[in-house]
Amino acid sequence: MSFESELSKGQFCIPECLACKKIVWPPSEFCDNCNEITFLKKGDFEGKIIEFSKQNEDYFCMVEFYNSIRLMAKMSKIPKKDQIIKISRCGISNGSYFFEII
Amino acid sequence: MSKVGIIAYGTTPFTKEDHKIESILHKSTNDLFQKNPNIDKKEIDAVLVSTNNNSKYLSPILSEMTGIQPKIAHSIESLCNSGTNSIVSAFAYISSGLADMVLISGAERYDSPGQILEWDNSRGEFKHPIFWASIFSKSYKQKFGISDEELAIVSVKNHKQAKENPNALSKKTYTIQDVVNSKKLTDDLRLLDCSRPCTGSASILLASEEVVRKNTDRPVWITGIGQKTTSAGFTKNNSLSSMESTKIAGQSALKMANHTISDIDVAEVHDAFSVCEPMALESLGFVNPGKGMSIINDLHETNNFKINPRGGLIGTGHPLGATGISQTIEIVQQLQKSAEKRQTDNAEVGLIHNMSAAATSSTVLVLEK
Repeated sequence: MSFESELSKGQFCIPECLACKKIVWPPSEFCDNCNEITFLKKGDFEGKIIEFSKQNEDYFCMVEFYNSIRLMAKMSKIPKKDQIIKISRCGISNGSYFFEII
Repeated sequence: MSKVGIIAYGTTPFTKEDHKIESILHKSTNDLFQKNPNIDKKEIDAVLVSTNNNSKYLSPILSEMTGIQPKIAHSIESLCNSGTNSIVSAFAYISSGLADMVLISGAERYDSPGQILEWDNSRGEFKHPIFWASIFSKSYKQKFGISDEELAIVSVKNHKQAKENPNALSKKTYTIQDVVNSKKLTDDLRLLDCSRPCTGSASILLASEEVVRKNTDRPVWITGIGQKTTSAGFTKNNSLSSMESTKIAGQSALKMANHTISDIDVAEVHDAFSVCEPMALESLGFVNPGKGMSIINDLHETNNFKINPRGGLIGTGHPLGATGISQTIEIVQQLQKSAEKRQTDNAEVGLIHNMSAAATSSTVLVLEK
């Protein structure tokens, strides 16, 4: 089970090092702190919107999870800074990750 | 550490034309040798090629095409700051004694693969640079109460200055309304806020003190170097309204040169997008946070070319691998008082700021006569 194999099934996981309790982002097989193997935490994670802008009808947002993971995600409704969100849809398309939030 | 200076330079115009990478590398290098016929190619110990192009073995190819048989020949890629990173590598070769004379040639085509960092999946489907630029712009404008019209002055100023640069991509001037009414790429970014990918090449020749003094009576010395990489991924930037890597690189370069920012008479800063210019000026310490647009506005109104005299990336165009070298050539010309209509007053100490991938990596150079 890898981050990408889970993501390609539409499951967003959080990579974590059990040895040093560090969330590792971007996702990696190894911890960037202690070099141990990372594990994937599954769940319905809550994040918050850090910043956003808009292109055509869609908003693109920088969102943060656990004060350490930041990623860019699409949102269809008007976002607000510090708004609490969840990932509603994610996956891999043409080699690139995609994330949608509500 | 032994002194390293700049002997000579050459360039091509920056255009939208379709040329082979090998051809434009050769063209700017040839320009260098034509302008400096007394340089003995046999004395060139290293040839470094700065590019994001996927063609292979470019440094040995350029060496063969120009009749050089260097000891050291390789390419250097670091997205948008490949050029100054190559200059730093050349500096290290010379100051360590591994080389006495190094040719650096940077080039890019308009369709460079270096425009998008495919690895950075944290950007999701928003990998094009216009998305990080929009987030920076939104954050900066909101934090410091800057309007789109105020930010547009960067583009107006740099297009105006580029008009005096015969090698610049842009030949036009624009008004604030032209910029804010140009094609809307996102809610926070217009087309004229962006530097444009293009085809171009720039070459520069560095040497040890003894070789510099033998070859030119107008040497320019690299007296300060600072580099910092904070991450590769855009979303790792802690601040979206300042440039941490630039701040650290700038401080290192000024410390090495034994100068403060107030000693800098002329600077080329990496205005990949309008918002980058005030952010860079603030992060380098020219002004306090949020005050970048004040100095830019003053310079524009007084027709002072102190910042980005060649027209910046916005006016000159941005052939990634050539940009840092082109910026450096501009500062050399300023210090040598040969910048013609772009010449600034009393240019004795100059600075170059060149960065990559949403300011995740910065290189700063200080140059002096």
